[in-house]
Amino acid sequence: MTPIIDVRNIRKSFGGLTVIDDCSIQVSKGSITGMIGPNGAGKSTLFNIIAGSLAPDSGEVLLNGQAITQLSANQRFHRGLLRTFQIAHEFSHLTSLENLMMVPPLQEGENLFSTWLRPGEVRRQEAEVRRRALEVLDFVGLSHVRNELAGNLSGGQKKLLELGRTMMTDAEVVLLDEIAAGVNRTLLGDLMGNIERLNRELGYTFLVIEHDMDMIGRLCDPVIVLAQGQVMMEGSIGEIQNNPEVIEAYFGSETA
Amino acid sequence: MNELIYFFNYVVVAGSVTGCIYAIGAVGVTLIYSILRFAHFAHADMMTLGTLAVLLLTLAFPHAGDPLGLPTAIVMLPVAMAFTSLVAVGIDRAFYQPLRSHGVKPIVMVIASLGVTLMLQGLIRLFAGTGSQNLYVDARKEIFRIDVPGVTRPIILTEPQVILFVITIVAVVGLHLFLTRARLGKAMRAMSDNPDLARASGINTRLIITLTWVIAGSLATIAGTLLSLDVAFKPDLSFFLLLPIFAAAIVGGVGHPYGAIAGGFLVGFAETLAVFNWSVLLRPLRDSLPTWLELPSNLALVGTEYKIVVPFFILVAVLIWRPTGIFKGKVI
Repeated sequence: MTPIIDVRNIRKSFGGLTVIDDCSIQVSKGSITGMIGPNGAGKSTLFNIIAGSLAPDSGEVLLNGQAITQLSANQRFHRGLLRTFQIAHEFSHLTSLENLMMVPPLQEGENLFSTWLRPGEVRRQEAEVRRRALEVLDFVGLSHVRNELAGNLSGGQKKLLELGRTMMTDAEVVLLDEIAAGVNRTLLGDLMGNIERLNRELGYTFLVIEHDMDMIGRLCDPVIVLAQGQVMMEGSIGEIQNNPEVIEAYFGSETA
Repeated sequence: MNELIYFFNYVVVAGSVTGCIYAIGAVGVTLIYSILRFAHFAHADMMTLGTLAVLLLTLAFPHAGDPLGLPTAIVMLPVAMAFTSLVAVGIDRAFYQPLRSHGVKPIVMVIASLGVTLMLQGLIRLFAGTGSQNLYVDARKEIFRIDVPGVTRPIILTEPQVILFVITIVAVVGLHLFLTRARLGKAMRAMSDNPDLARASGINTRLIITLTWVIAGSLATIAGTLLSLDVAFKPDLSFFLLLPIFAAAIVGGVGHPYGAIAGGFLVGFAETLAVFNWSVLLRPLRDSLPTWLELPSNLALVGTEYKIVVPFFILVAVLIWRPTGIFKGKVI
């Protein structure tokens, strides 16, 4: 079976610093794949390359067997490849509801001509999107702040909004960049429950960068360990936690 | 009462005219800034370019406006707006887009826009010469005199001024509805708020950038044409407005269209009030003044030739009071 995401021989350097060095990873369809690694291992850079926010120096990214390396981030979005941001991004001057309503792909309203020529159709779609946005807000538990400007939400709420954004469209793969960071324990339980449900019920594939090992342990299989821009190992959480090389990579500087 | 009418004609009307022009110009500058994050210095010459298009079309079809009872220049305005929008998008693709894709710093974009402005100035003079030309070809500017009972002096409005007020209101209301109601307008606000997220939300940022140039080009054409209708077409007319327009955009809060409108009117009225001869208003009191106090014939705060300092005085004053402008700037 072709992996849903296939990253082949990616290299990326910034100035003289090589961040990703001939790195290849695969994410199989329907999995919740974890990605861990010490700071500076290149996780976020690889993420940005997969999502299309950064162009690699060489190498290829394939989505469902098709090369998407040349596509822009918004074109990848329309192929069902979504991402969240490590530091929650929001349209701070729009309300939570409007934030979600911004998302759905290929809406008629975004085509200049249909806006003028078929206002009825646009209105019908707008109502549909609104209904879905309200459902999603309910799902992630943000209904009570739907008319609040997103800029005024708490850090944890912004993270929930990020997850909600990925639910506005029929995503295939969602890249979650440290979704747990800054979210309190209760909210985190909800968040993980939601991720599992999306995976089980809607068939979302997730690729998760996370520092919270509890969350990785509960959600992810397999887990990929990245170090110095390369894959160090891949396996189940149990295998990884017992691997001396991984422990060395994480704590090497302190034990040396 | 005559003095009040004089005040109305020379301050309220003149200030509104300047304010409208500055406001429309500043909205264009501020929209470009909010989406593309650089100060577009070629904006004034885009205004002139739009006006030139109107002038050439008017010269080609001098009587096109007659059946509608409007000046031909106004009838030609939509065509010129479309043309200028196309040129603006073309300039972006040819000069700014390659720089953007290299991820250059905003200052490089600003310098590029200075280059574009010099290029446009040359091109415009190539076609229009350096002299001034009336946009009323084969027609006369209508002047409305409104008599106020009991006063000898009438309120004077010219046809282009009335058209200017109407078009400004339509443009501002239209822009407001577009930004708050239309999906594409909201996408535009979203992109000015957070471009990374906009892309990650599947918003077509190229389309938004194109649209920004279309709006900016159209507004520039409107501002340039209405100004030239009121005065006359001169290749450097709009260029001299560049600095006050930027002052207006900054005073209002950079990147904030409503701020740009407020800033435009603030700067426009400040300029007009500063050069207004206040001794006219004091003249009726002349007889009751003590004999040793002689009323000077000119009591303007600054001479007309120093008008250009006024926007900058306002700019500094407002920025000390509110460093981000009247409206909090940076995003739409």
